[in-house]
Amino acid sequence: MRPAGQTPFQTVGPYYSMRLSGPGQNVVAAKEVANRVRIEGCVLDGDGKPIEDALLETWQANEKGRYRHPADDRAEVPLAAGFTGFGRAGVTPATGEFWFETIKPGRVPAPDGSLQAPHICVVVQGRGMLAATFTRLYFPDEASANEQDFVLSQVPAARRPTLVAVTVPGRSPPAYRFDIRFQGPRETVFFDF
Amino acid sequence: MIPSYGPRAHADHPPFSYAAYRSTAKRSPGLGLVRIVQTLSEVTGPGPIWSECAVEDTDLTTNAGTGTPAIGQRSIVTGRVVDENGAPVPGTLVEVWQADASGRYAHPREVDFPAPRDPNFLGVGQCKTDAEGVYCFTTVKPGPYPWGNHPNAWRPAHIHFSVLGPALTTRLVTQMYFPDDPLLGLDPILEAVPTHARGRLVARYDHTVTSPHWALGYRFDVVLRGAAATPGERVP
Repeated sequence: MRPAGQTPFQTVGPYYSMRLSGPGQNVVAAKEVANRVRIEGCVLDGDGKPIEDALLETWQANEKGRYRHPADDRAEVPLAAGFTGFGRAGVTPATGEFWFETIKPGRVPAPDGSLQAPHICVVVQGRGMLAATFTRLYFPDEASANEQDFVLSQVPAARRPTLVAVTVPGRSPPAYRFDIRFQGPRETVFFDF
Repeated sequence: MIPSYGPRAHADHPPFSYAAYRSTAKRSPGLGLVRIVQTLSEVTGPGPIWSECAVEDTDLTTNAGTGTPAIGQRSIVTGRVVDENGAPVPGTLVEVWQADASGRYAHPREVDFPAPRDPNFLGVGQCKTDAEGVYCFTTVKPGPYPWGNHPNAWRPAHIHFSVLGPALTTRLVTQMYFPDDPLLGLDPILEAVPTHARGRLVARYDHTVTSPHWALGYRFDVVLRGAAATPGERVP
């Protein structure tokens, strides 16, 4: 029987960490993995204040551009042992910051046959958010790939910079800052797909 | 074959901004969402691998591991996870968290109000759906609790549900409510859901689930986004 329709979203609320963000879930690539990068940032509300109880989830391909998922059956692109591509991080209430340690993903195909620029899918939830929002993080050192990207091309040009992380100078492993803004002149682009 | 999913049914979901739930005002996108074509990144997702790695933990009345069962109305909460075409979603992880029978959360930043905390209740569980999409938890019915949204605001009894499903596109976090709760009509978080879809979040009492001399039964089905209908094809 066909059900009545989609189950509506509800807010994840302030207590999601009881279940949804265990220690280490923001370490997507283990310490011994080469080419690790760090992603860090804040989720900012309409007043530009860091949201202290936001939850972020990330989904990405491995370094070669393969997703660990049955729908990505490209056997010619190898999987990486131990790499799921999934991360979860709650914002640290005291600092308002989140961070992930991962690797920069490879390029994955787009429906038009092109290769997408390296990107990480990001899901944002929190108290005061009645439904999840979906965005993407792109890398600042991929200007030409970003220029051609299948998804960025669907975003008004003036808003594309909100999806590109910023290099934090002088850090090893390399660090990128990705602040997510709900409102204001630099509001992050959130997707409907 | 790369799957594609039908659209998010915006008319069935709450809006991002809803005046009666005050904190949405500053925590909702000010501009509209940007519509994009689904790519491999959206039709894959963490569900399959994350579910594979997860260990089931389905009895919230005992999983605190103290040897003393939690206090409250013992309840069996079961249902099916299906997609909007009615197909079961097998082997997917359902994660739940909730307050204890007094309405207290085992969380360092919970609302502090003078109700006794149950030291034998963690309020968390996880379960994988079977081949038919069925999940099942044993828990205690959570209590309502006060919150600061407006004077004398109380959340109705609810259980938080998180379901990853097969793809990023199917990601769902929601709340299950209990039937005949007088607080349902007074809760802006539930009221934010369009009227026609609100009932989907309220579990049904099901006497066939009730276990004699043991626990009351509730049924709560979860419907995720499903495969896009091909033009001209009749969806069963």
